[in-house]
This record gives sequence, C-alpha cells and structure tokens, in this order.
Amino acid sequence: MSVISPAKARGPEASYEVGVSKVRFVELLRASLGSLGQRPVRTALSALGVTIGIAAMVAVLGLSESSRADLQAQIANLGTSLLTVQAGSGFGAGDGTLPADASTAISRIGPIESVSSVVTLSDTVLRNSEVNAQATGGLQAAAVDLSLLDTLNSSVAKGEWLNKATADFPVVVLGSVAAQRLGIADVGSGQQILIGKTWFTVVGILKPFPLAADLDRSALIGMNAAATYLSADLNPSTVYVLADPAYVDDVRKVLGATANPEHPEEAQVSRPSDALQAQLAADSAFTSLFLGLGAVALLVGGVGIANVMVIGVMERRGEIGLRRALGATRRHIRGQFLLEALALAGLGGLVGVGLGSLVTVIYALSQGWGVVLPAVAIVGGIVSALVIGAVAGLYPAVRASQLSPTEALRS
Amino acid sequence: MSAGVAVLELSDVVKEYPGHPPVRALDGVTLRVDQGELVGVVGPSGSGKSTLLHVVGTLDRPSSGIVRIGGNEVSALSDRRLSAARSRLIGFVFQQFFLVESMSALDNVATGLLYTGAGPVERRYRAFEALSRVGLAHRIEHRPTELSGGEQQRVAIARALVNRPAIILADEPTGNLDSHTGQATMDLFRDLHAEGATIVVITHDRELAATLPRQVHIRDGRIESDERTRAAVTQ
Ligand SMILES: Nc1ncnc2c1ncn2[C@@H]1O[C@H](COP(=O)(O)OP(=O)(O)OP(=O)(O)O)[C@@H](O)[C@H]1O
Ligand SMILES: [Mg+2]
Repeated sequence: MSVISPAKARGPEASYEVGVSKVRFVELLRASLGSLGQRPVRTALSALGVTIGIAAMVAVLGLSESSRADLQAQIANLGTSLLTVQAGSGFGAGDGTLPADASTAISRIGPIESVSSVVTLSDTVLRNSEVNAQATGGLQAAAVDLSLLDTLNSSVAKGEWLNKATADFPVVVLGSVAAQRLGIADVGSGQQILIGKTWFTVVGILKPFPLAADLDRSALIGMNAAATYLSADLNPSTVYVLADPAYVDDVRKVLGATANPEHPEEAQVSRPSDALQAQLAADSAFTSLFLGLGAVALLVGGVGIANVMVIGVMERRGEIGLRRALGATRRHIRGQFLLEALALAGLGGLVGVGLGSLVTVIYALSQGWGVVLPAVAIVGGIVSALVIGAVAGLYPAVRASQLSPTEALRS
Repeated sequence: MSAGVAVLELSDVVKEYPGHPPVRALDGVTLRVDQGELVGVVGPSGSGKSTLLHVVGTLDRPSSGIVRIGGNEVSALSDRRLSAARSRLIGFVFQQFFLVESMSALDNVATGLLYTGAGPVERRYRAFEALSRVGLAHRIEHRPTELSGGEQQRVAIARALVNRPAIILADEPTGNLDSHTGQATMDLFRDLHAEGATIVVITHDRELAATLPRQVHIRDGRIESDERTRAAVTQ
C-alpha cells in the first residue's frame, strides 16, 4: 500500500484539480485560542485594559441603576402628592406667617385628602433647667394639628401620637432627631422636658420624616396646649397638604392664592419630593462622567490589543508563511488574527463584566440597596469589548494577510 | 520521456526582484517534470534555486513566462485558487523544518490537511499513516523539541506528503543536518520516489545531487545542464 498514491489514484493530467482551499471555523478558533493560551501572561496583560474599562462601565451603570431604583422605590413609597405652603420672607412679609384661616381655606379646595398647619414657636426646648440653651440649639417647638401624622403618612416609633384629650395638656411628641439630641430613647417613664418655662411630658417619639426634615428637629405639642401654656400667636408658618394624586398639579397652582389671598406671592408652595426627583437627575450626570472615563479606559485597552497583535504578527511570520504554504488563503490568515483579537477583547470584556457586577453587588449590599444589574450594561459591555477587539484586530489581521508567503518564510 | 504525464511545466520563466539595479533571479527557465520523477536542482548560493522553488510552489508569481502545475496555469489563478493548489497539489519541505513547537508530531503532520477541509478524525488518521511511512510511528506524541534534527525533518516530510500531493518541493532539506542524517533523508526521498512520488529537491551539495536520477544545474538564474544518470534511464 502506498501512502502517496500518485499516478494510479490521480489518473491523467486533467484530473489534477485545484479545488478550493477551505478550513473549518473551529480550526481557526482553535489556532487563535491556542496562540493566546501559549502566552498566558501576555494574553492577560493585553486584555487588562479592556477588562478595566468594561468593569468600570458595568459597575457605574450597575451602581447608578441600583441607587436610582432605591431612590425611586423611596419616592414611590413616600408619594409625590405632599405639598407645602410656607410663609415667605418676601417684600413686606414682616411676621413670616400665613393667615390664621389658611388651612381652613385650603381644605375647601376639592381634591385634597388632608391638611395640617404647623405653628413654629419661639420657645426654647431644654432637657432640664440646668442645661444651657445653646446645647440643644437647633431644636424648636411647634404646635401642630392632630391630622399631621395622616397628612405626612407617618407614624410614631415609640409611645403614641397626640389625641383630642392630650392636645390640651402639657404633653409633647418628639421628632426623631429632637429625641436623640435630648437624650430621650424611650417614653412611658414620665420623662419631661422644658419648653419655654413649662414642663411637658413626653408621650411619643416619631419616625423620621424624609419629606419634612424640619419636623424631625421639633418638639410637637397640641394647638390648645400652645395657646394655654406658651406664646399665644398661632398663625401657621407652614401648611402641609396631601393632595389627591391625580390632581397634584391643579392643587399646586391654586394653593398660594388660597392660603394667602391678600398676598399670594408671599406664600411659597413647594413639593418636598421634588428634591428627591432632582437627586435622580443629578445622579445621571455623574454616571455619564464615569461612563466616559470607562470608555477612555476601553479605548486605551483597544490600542493595547492592537499593539500586542502587531507585535505578534511580526513574531509569527514563520507561522504565517507556513500556513500560506499549507494552503491558507489571505482570508484564512486575516480571519485567524481577527478571531484572536476578538477572543482577547471578548475575554477581557467577560472578566470585566464579572468584576463590574461583583463591585455592584458588594457596594449595593453595603448600602442596603437592592442589586440592579441592567441587561444593557452586561450585553453592552460584552458587545463593546467585541467591537473594540474587531477594530483593534483589523489592522494587524490585514497586515498578516498581506504578508507575501515568501517574505514570511524568509525568517 | 515524452511519454510521461507532466506534473510541472515551466516555459521561459523570468523572475525579477525590483531594486537598483533589479535582480534577475530567474532568467528564462524552461523545465518539465513528469509524474514519478525525482529531480535534484543544484547550484551555487544565489543562483536562484529558492526563487525557482517559490515560483513552482505558487508562493510567488513569475514576472513573465508560463508556470503550469498539473496542467493548471498559475497566472490564471486568483490568490484563493493558488492557496487551494498549495493545499492539494503541493507538499513543501523547508530547510528550517517550520514545525509548531507547541504541537505533537502527529498534530504537526495533521496541519498538512488543515486547509483541505478534512475533518479532525481523517486528518489524524492520515497523519498517523504518513508518520508511519517515514518511520516515526513510535514518536507521534513527541514535541519537535523532543526530536532529533533528522526526526524533525522526517516529521516535516510526513506533513508534506500527508495531502498526497502531485509534487513534493524540498528546499535544502539536508541543510540543517549532518551528512549521515542528510544521507538518510535523501534515502527516504528515494524510497518515496520508488513508490511513485514526484519530488524536486533543491541542494547546493553536488555529491548528494549526484545520487539522484536527474540533476538540473542552475547558475545565475539559467539552467546550465539537465542530466539523467544511467541508473535512472535504465530503470
Ligand atoms: N525578495 C528579494 N528581493 C530582492 N532580491 C532577492 C529576493 N529574494 C532573492 N533575491 C535575490 O535573488 C537571487 C536568487 O536568490 P535565491 O534565494 O533564489 O538563491 P538560492 O539559489 O536559493 O541561494 P542559496 O543557496 O543561498 O539559498 C539572489 O541574488 C538574491 O539576492
Ligand atoms: Mg535558497
């Protein structure tokens, strides 16, 4: 038996068919991956730039989405239908209060669920008579309507809220920050504080109000108690209005004029949840900044890959020449090197996505956010790595394919 | 002689390398190699032997003249078709072996079939056959670095014949070997020739060439003489 099987198997001259040169895709892939596997350190280092770029982009997108989702959940939870009317400090607004009948007027607006007035009092709030007033500075006393807790959609953390009976007596409910500063952690032991010159008994401590931080620093007492024991002027400084969610904008438009018909320009109407919404918008500015930085890292990574590939082509002239002698077409050579660049960048992208996701998970959990890994970041990360790889690999691959076989073999 | 089937036909082939002045590496070469011939191409350094092999092997195109391989005119073929011709009709053996260090002998030989589209099982099976033929069946899992120079060259020869080419082209195959292994390599070519293979061996070693049935002498890009020894004629 002859391995060579020349004349007999071939037959006459005419049967020396040129045929076509073809190679299976997996063989090209194997050649590419094989060459990467042979130089693991170089492979790792040249993929590093893409890894860092993709990791940064995935982490930035993941973290901003996670924090946005958290903020959005917070906004959804708090609602966006709370409005406030405050006495402005505008021109001629001497006393900084709203008319006494403001809340009554407001409650006549149709789509309103709840209205509460808050009267800021000038009396000091002290733990006891020996404490310097400065030590508990920043705390204020306020007289409030009983409906306040409903309007703010909140509840007490400890003890109980004011009711019709207690609102007439020297009884106080503390905001969360006020309680902390006064050193009062619990109620029920008849703990008392000094407001103005009167001792008030603490019956409750409130949960924090994310939409009304002023009240967190307040000691809240009933309107009648204020009238009885403290300064008598009960014109509201702020009115909280819970509007029907469907008519918030309509209510907002008429609120100023309704609260202070004589000087509507002095009534400042605002929606506290707008601050959170603004935070949502502000976040995205940072996101684009960091995304841009990630993109720059990715670009640098692409340049690194192109660089390493060009060097690889120079080093592997012999291999290229051999492959051409064995029947590889220019396209096969181009494909092999392009695949190698793609594999390199794809690898970097994959590791980058993993790393970015890990950072997102760890940081989000540490912040107590729900973890959100946007599909666009993961798919986009891998796709952009591949695009970078294709662009970076194109020039070296074309160069390898245009090497003349004889030149490549002369090494 | 004219009764044979031509595998290779060169007619007035000129190859000029551009430069100042341009180098005429091949200067009107006309040559015919028939099926089953074993030809030695001999000449001093710089005479154009490698250039001839590159042109014959379709790795390079002639500046003018006609090259036919198995009846196919080379100048009419695109790069893709030329590559196909190399994958199916031609087997190369180089002085520097050009084996892939990271691959076993078997896988190196199997790369000879990579661009024919053959599947992995067929490639490995035929690679084993070819390695057995050159007497290396017991070395198939060895890497090139674990083989002697003579063994490496036999692996390269197995790779050249694994695609059952119409012609095997060897450029100084004994150039990196000592005279004893060089002789053994030439013996292998003679054995393959006896089985019917068509082989062109380039060498600058006149003694080695003298043992071959046909010797083409080349100088300054021209064929100086083309002799058949008596042994070959009587065969
Ligand atoms: N790419 C090239 N560009 C310019 N000149 C070249 C090129 N390749 C070969 N030559 C020239 O062509 C001539 C023939 O070269 P070739 O390599 O064919 O010689 P050779 O007979 O194989 O020599 P050796 O025995 O040293 O290998 C030489 O003068 C060489 O300098
Ligand atoms: Mg030479």
